[in-house]
Amino acid sequence: MNPAALRYATAGIGALVLIAVPFGLTADGLHVLTLWALTTIAAIGLNLTLGQAGQVSLGQGAFVGIGAYLTALVTTRGWPFPAAYVLAFAACCALGWGLGYCALRVRRPYLPFLTLAFGAFVFLIFRNEEWLTGGMYGINRVPRPSLLGLSLAGPFAFYYFCLFNLVVVAAAVWWLRRSPWGRAFAALRANPRRAEAVGLDTRLYTLMAIALGAGLGGVAGVLYAALLQYVDPTPFSLTMSVSLLLMVVMGGSGRLLGPFLGAAVAVVLPEGLRFAQNYYLFGYALAVILLMAFWPTGLIGIAERLATALTKPRAVPAKAPR
Amino acid sequence: MADVLQLFVAGLATGAIYALAAIGFTLLWQTSQTVNFAQGEFVMLPAFIVLLAMNVLGLPFLAAIVPGIAAAVLVLGFLFKQAVVAAASRHGALPLAIATIALGLLLKEGVRDVAGADVQPFPPLAAGSVSIGGVSVPVHSLIAIAAAVAAVAALQAFLDRTPLGRSIQATAHNPAVARVLGIPVERMIRYAFLINAALAALASILITPVYLAGFSNGEWLGLCTFVAALAGGLNLRGAIVGGVVLGFMDNLAAAYLSATYRGVLPLVILVAIALFRPQGLLGRGEETAA
Repeated sequence: MNPAALRYATAGIGALVLIAVPFGLTADGLHVLTLWALTTIAAIGLNLTLGQAGQVSLGQGAFVGIGAYLTALVTTRGWPFPAAYVLAFAACCALGWGLGYCALRVRRPYLPFLTLAFGAFVFLIFRNEEWLTGGMYGINRVPRPSLLGLSLAGPFAFYYFCLFNLVVVAAAVWWLRRSPWGRAFAALRANPRRAEAVGLDTRLYTLMAIALGAGLGGVAGVLYAALLQYVDPTPFSLTMSVSLLLMVVMGGSGRLLGPFLGAAVAVVLPEGLRFAQNYYLFGYALAVILLMAFWPTGLIGIAERLATALTKPRAVPAKAPR
Repeated sequence: MADVLQLFVAGLATGAIYALAAIGFTLLWQTSQTVNFAQGEFVMLPAFIVLLAMNVLGLPFLAAIVPGIAAAVLVLGFLFKQAVVAAASRHGALPLAIATIALGLLLKEGVRDVAGADVQPFPPLAAGSVSIGGVSVPVHSLIAIAAAVAAVAALQAFLDRTPLGRSIQATAHNPAVARVLGIPVERMIRYAFLINAALAALASILITPVYLAGFSNGEWLGLCTFVAALAGGLNLRGAIVGGVVLGFMDNLAAAYLSATYRGVLPLVILVAIALFRPQGLLGRGEETAA
């Protein structure tokens, strides 16, 4: 079995499990799985910024927060859910574009610090502008959406709605990576000078990656607000941004399935390790440092190496290098 | 008038401390292109080591500073370089950046697990205040200014006047040529890491009496350090100017705008620098790595 077939098989089995698994779960378990789905969307976005464009963003949590707060603000004022969805995506794309535009003017690592400062600013707004955001109390009674006359209020329906969003986003990113845009990044990674020389506007492509990544953070926020049905500032701190970044590299940055795996480690695994909750982030950070020191391709990279080691007959000499 | 003098002293004190951390950050970048995202935690941690030496070993405060700084130089200088940077930088700049981000989280969570989530008081180097022209100024601020200025002057003299210091500078400006000239570049980089840790430890002991010892101090301190270093243009003199300017603006904003919204300052400064002076306050247009 070759690695490509193995990958498709894994993805297929994963999809079947995700469709079937809710029937054996408690309400809590379903909640965690829904949280996993929307976290994965935010991580897929960040994977565009980090994996495709090679730019570190420490503000993805802020974009999730902006998406969540915009949704809470407009849906409690009677706007329809799709309008909130579009608004959050567009607003986060625009903000990401603006930050990226500023950062790319400087010929030094600048985006991580700019997004860090942006995250601190956004958190201040959430916490202190009580007339708008409700301060520490946040905004309550965010409605669950209904789609085409179908109510998504129940936990099952909402889980499938999030899973549907995840599939659409993953498919769109899969397609993007094969588009001229994705190939431009492959060229950029292989040989930046030649990529410039053949006329690729690398700055524009990088900006698109940053903006789209931020926009997907906003989409995750929309789903987050509708899942919890209230928003408050606490979750959207620096820890969320760092944790999203670390899950992308833990899964394998630049890999399509990396965010799925990374989000599972960050969201689902702590539920099984409740007894060690206080030490979870510590261990998580330690694991990432070890990965960066020894296996920078992340869990996907390790899995692939294991798979090739297992499927390749040992005594046969290796074929000609690709 | 009284307010202005007090603000001046406070601004200079915090600014000088930001400058210490920003100089160390810049030195790591210049010598080894290491972007140390954990620099804020590097300034947070030594104060807790001093507290540990006081509470566990029973040392008096001034005596506890010595093992505090020594342990910080060992862990944040030597161990950081050997265990984290050396391993991650083999794979490139991005894994190294991610590793220092993870290290920041590790230190923050580690301190919370050991010392708890509540902030603890941290003794100043000297209590009380003196009156200058009828205005009362805390002695600690004056000591902080003096200590920071002395440290920066000593570092500058070391880098400019001694053969070792000049070798470190050569490494910072052009590692390839430095290696050709017979300078042991790897050793110079290790020295830079030790200097950075010592600067961070000094900054920690000077700033923590003002901010109190809290596990999450590194978030704000790191942000200020990065802003000071980047606004200056990632060179040593720029880091000093950036730190002092930020210290003044920080105190002015807290006094005249609003104490909560001083947190907006980093974003405003970074955006303004990017739009109007992308090379930094003291940066040159064609400056690359050094």
